[in-house]
Amino acid sequence: METREPREPLTGAGGLSVLDVVVSFGGIRALEGVSVEVSPGEVLGVIGPNGAGKTTLFNVICGFVRPQSGTLSWGGKPLTGVHPARLASLGIARTLQGVGLFGGLTVLENVMVGAQRFRRARLPLAMLGLPWSDADERRLRDRALVALGRLGCEDVVDRLPGTLPYAVQKRVALARALACEPELLMLDEPAGGLDARELSELGDLIGSVGSSVAVMLVDHHMDFVVSVCDRLVVLDFGRVIADGDPSTVRQDPRVLEAYLGREAVQDDALRSGGAEDAHA
Amino acid sequence: MTSKLVGVFRGSTLLRSLAIVLVAGVVLIVVTDSVSSYRNLQIAYGAYYFCVLAGLTVLAGASGQISLGQGAFMAVGGYTFAKLNASPVGWSVFPSLSGAVAASILIGIPVGVAASRLRGPYLAGATLAFAVGLPALADKFPAFFGGENGLIVNPPIAPPWLGANFQLERWEAWVACAGALVVVFVLYNLTHSAVGRSWRAVRDGEIAASLSGLRVGRQQALAFTISASCAGLGGGLLAAVTQVASPGAFPLQLSLTLLAGVVIGGLGSLAGAVWGAALLVFLPNWTTDIAGSFSLSSNVSHNLPIAVYGLVLIVAMLVWPSGIQGGVRVIKRGAGSAIRSRRGRGSAEPATAASEATEPIADEEMNASHP
Ligand SMILES: Nc1ncnc2c1ncn2[C@@H]1O[C@H](COP(=O)(O)OP(=O)(O)OP(=O)(O)O)[C@@H](O)[C@H]1O
Ligand SMILES: [Mg+2]
Repeated sequence: METREPREPLTGAGGLSVLDVVVSFGGIRALEGVSVEVSPGEVLGVIGPNGAGKTTLFNVICGFVRPQSGTLSWGGKPLTGVHPARLASLGIARTLQGVGLFGGLTVLENVMVGAQRFRRARLPLAMLGLPWSDADERRLRDRALVALGRLGCEDVVDRLPGTLPYAVQKRVALARALACEPELLMLDEPAGGLDARELSELGDLIGSVGSSVAVMLVDHHMDFVVSVCDRLVVLDFGRVIADGDPSTVRQDPRVLEAYLGREAVQDDALRSGGAEDAHA
Repeated sequence: MTSKLVGVFRGSTLLRSLAIVLVAGVVLIVVTDSVSSYRNLQIAYGAYYFCVLAGLTVLAGASGQISLGQGAFMAVGGYTFAKLNASPVGWSVFPSLSGAVAASILIGIPVGVAASRLRGPYLAGATLAFAVGLPALADKFPAFFGGENGLIVNPPIAPPWLGANFQLERWEAWVACAGALVVVFVLYNLTHSAVGRSWRAVRDGEIAASLSGLRVGRQQALAFTISASCAGLGGGLLAAVTQVASPGAFPLQLSLTLLAGVVIGGLGSLAGAVWGAALLVFLPNWTTDIAGSFSLSSNVSHNLPIAVYGLVLIVAMLVWPSGIQGGVRVIKRGAGSAIRSRRGRGSAEPATAASEATEPIADEEMNASHP
């Protein structure tokens, strides 16, 4: 995948902007003044060692964690304090670490739930089983089938997620996120548990989500992240220690020390008593 | 031509729910015409139990919440019915029943909102506390609620066009069954719409559901309120059929037996609620017979039904964890595949598709227990 020119800073309109966000859990400072921006069409990778604050950053953006200070904006509008359930209607979709599918719903129903922001029929119509409600359901079904088709899951629409291989479940989870036609797609460890072929399929898919969609992904799979992302942000101890295009970031000495170098010096780290474990 | 009609039928939730209501209604009319007045009374009992159980089974099966307070919502419906039906208000049966539903919705909303913040044992405890606390209110205002004796309700009068000799019990059965069919209609439609799917999504994953745009608490409160309204209707029907709304009609153990009925019948399935209702009608008789034949002391025999419920519940959970309806499904599926394998593969495919399209929605969709 080609890498882009370094971007201009966001001017406020379009995209997600996280500014100086601070989060602490009791004594632990999970995020200490983190600023991150993603613009439409960009694939941003967020990497960092365990406990660096990546999931916390996602949770802040999704409204599950309230920051002590700092601001968030999406498409030029403030996002701080927005209820998680409103994100879908704002065009923000997220997959969860693992799969996070609804176990008792079929694959099709799972993805229909993802498309439900486009639902128009309200409770009284549904209660009386009126045709408007049925028509609404058909529309959701069509949207879900399109999303499932994009991920090659047409054959498993009536299955329950638990009966499918892990990789297929992950694709269904992605279909559910895509069914809401997001403008910001947040993927928490999308590559976990996938083999090489599935990884390259996933990479192609992320590359094809569209030029107007911003993608933000967290993953530990370094080669995958470098090949898929246009830009990388590296977190360590709740701080951004590097931000730039993948090949540059990969060479950054601080990053090498904090993260990439860890594999190389892992033996040393283990010998010196595992400072990393104490942190995580 | 016919295939087109079948397509329209299958695509329309309204037509399907109306068909169920119509068939069940015709069957009930025929049955109530041919059985004794005692049996008609039992049908009426079964119908009001069904209302409560159907609401509870959707609450527990689809939205994953539990309520030990359904008896209290029945009391709300029963007392409201009695108050509206008697002078000075003097409404007739059906308006009074609507009032009973409205009252249980009004009380169901705040309880449902509170319940949506609680999980597991806390939810069970809070709803139980509600079931214990609400009847105490009736004790506090004996002048208004009639104290221990409760409120007397006039027998419902069959409309004149049914003839002068129309049996009271048969009319009571009709009224109660009409209520049950309304419940079937509404719950069938809801569980086959985006609403039912949202409940099941919230049940299976609250974080994923809210990321899909669902307000978890609101969905749970909605499911709770709807099940409360079903219980309120059941309670109103109980008052209409038994002609009394008294503390003794809504004891604490009623809430427990309702939960047992739902679990034994098969969680999450409207058909299971029919089994549960039948159980609730017949089990007390059986236990009374047993108690009589063993000449047990009244102390023991009074508590026998609840003990038997407990026993049946434990046995059912061990043998048939998905309830009676779960067992019926297994038998039906076994029979279905036997027929299909005899018919050979060619005709088997469409048959599978058809049964797959109709059956699972009827019962299984709300259950997580697919094989
Ligand atoms: N709800 C919480 N309560 C207390 N501490 C928390 C909470 N969530 C996260 N933390 C702490 O905040 C820090 C950052 O955690 P976070 O989960 O964001 O890391 P991460 O980068 O996603 O790590 P991983 O790669 O292991 O998923 C960790 O020290 C973690 O222990
Ligand atoms: Mg994480």
